[in-house]
Amino acid sequence: MNSPYIELDASRVALAALLILVNGAISLGLRLGMGRTLLVASVRTVVQLLLVGMVLRWVFDDRPWFVVLGLLVVMTVVAGVTAVQRNQRHYPGIWTDTMISVWASSWLITSFALLVVIRDMQPWYQPQYAIPLLGMVLGNTLNGISLGLNALTESLVTRRDEVESLLALGATRWEAAGAPVRHAVRTGMIPIVNAMMVVGVVSLPGMMTGQILAQADPLQAVKYQIVIMFLVASATGLGTIAVILLSYRRLFNADHQFLYARIDQENAQ
Amino acid sequence: MSLSGSEDFLQSRGLGRRAPRGDEWLLRDVGLTVHGGQRLAIVGPSGSGKTLLLRALARLDPLDRGEVLWRGQAVVGNRVPDFRRHVIYLHQRPVLADGTAEDSLRAPFRLSVHRSSRFDRDRIVNWLQLLGRDASLLARRQRELSGGEAQIVALLRAIQLQPQVLLLDEPTAALDAAATGAVERLIDIWMQQQDAARATVWVSHDVQQAARVSTEVLSIDRGRLGGGGTS
Repeated sequence: MNSPYIELDASRVALAALLILVNGAISLGLRLGMGRTLLVASVRTVVQLLLVGMVLRWVFDDRPWFVVLGLLVVMTVVAGVTAVQRNQRHYPGIWTDTMISVWASSWLITSFALLVVIRDMQPWYQPQYAIPLLGMVLGNTLNGISLGLNALTESLVTRRDEVESLLALGATRWEAAGAPVRHAVRTGMIPIVNAMMVVGVVSLPGMMTGQILAQADPLQAVKYQIVIMFLVASATGLGTIAVILLSYRRLFNADHQFLYARIDQENAQ
Repeated sequence: MSLSGSEDFLQSRGLGRRAPRGDEWLLRDVGLTVHGGQRLAIVGPSGSGKTLLLRALARLDPLDRGEVLWRGQAVVGNRVPDFRRHVIYLHQRPVLADGTAEDSLRAPFRLSVHRSSRFDRDRIVNWLQLLGRDASLLARRQRELSGGEAQIVALLRAIQLQPQVLLLDEPTAALDAAATGAVERLIDIWMQQQDAARATVWVSHDVQQAARVSTEVLSIDRGRLGGGGTS
């Protein structure tokens, strides 16, 4: 096959695997006890990526729209489940709140990217665009959502007395929750804002690197990357704010009471 | 029921509160009326429901049964913040804002229910002088305050908002005798300034203190309010 880039065969991948053996040797030498973990992690990397590669190759092969859509749904659900599981404190309704936030923010933003920014795709659900774009958006959004939600429940628990003092002095629920809510939104946004600050200077993003390796014009690759950064930042902001507002409404009722008892302490690990 | 002819301020009817997970009732059928000029104390052992009762009266916790009335109206929804302007619950352990004591005293005026009133430093200094303290306390940082001083600041923060009822949740439980005396004195001064228009409900496990700070003592046991005597 005449490829614009150098194709990797199994033997070349195996050469890279040798490097992990070096890590393993160090672990043994220093008795870090990480040999097993490293092995499991390496095997998972190989198996998971091979599986994804096969699934993608199959989906890219002119599948009907509902197959692509089904895959997007599965990706979204997995992201939602992961976001909930990363939370140390739970409350009744956390599943609904998280799923709504992950779903709404990522699909809204990705649709905008596909239909308005990139457009001109044939067909409109072209999986080469839809799947990686949604994947990148989801990966970052779920991060923001779980960080933000964690920060909210954590600061409501540690600042409970402060929140209740404010309520006792006549604060509305919004005034009483204000500081924890703002802190939580900022916390959820920190990773993506940091990433935007250093992108290209400290780090070359994976997608851009990939396009360059595949012989794309670097300026084209950069334009794609800029679009991605903006998509990810807006989806993260949207998802983080959504999940925090939804959980705020569950933890503070219309009588301006803080329902502290709803935050489950036993899930704290 | 109201014994004197003065106006009923705060009333609870059939208050009931269940344990969050379980069927046990933490408060059972608590009916209580607080009227102007009243100094009520509620005594009971720890775990008897004293704090829960005060929190329920301040509408800080959801109720499983019953209602709280303020001047005859049920306290629900958006009436709650305004109600808490008139009926202030004081925590056993005061929570002050970061910064100086004065910062803590100024903080409530940023809340929408207090927008129409303004921080009055002279009035605060005046109260401090009645306690034999001077204004230097206001410049001290929150973490430099002793427990007693912090409770005084928390109390000043509440009374400067001109509430009509103070719900006091063992405000002196963690204080020594001198600090306890100062807190009791400040509350007494505040009551005397406008006796008929104000009331206190003081919860305590200390029967002697209850007799000292009240004109009427009720007892609570396992979430039920019992009779008491007038001291």
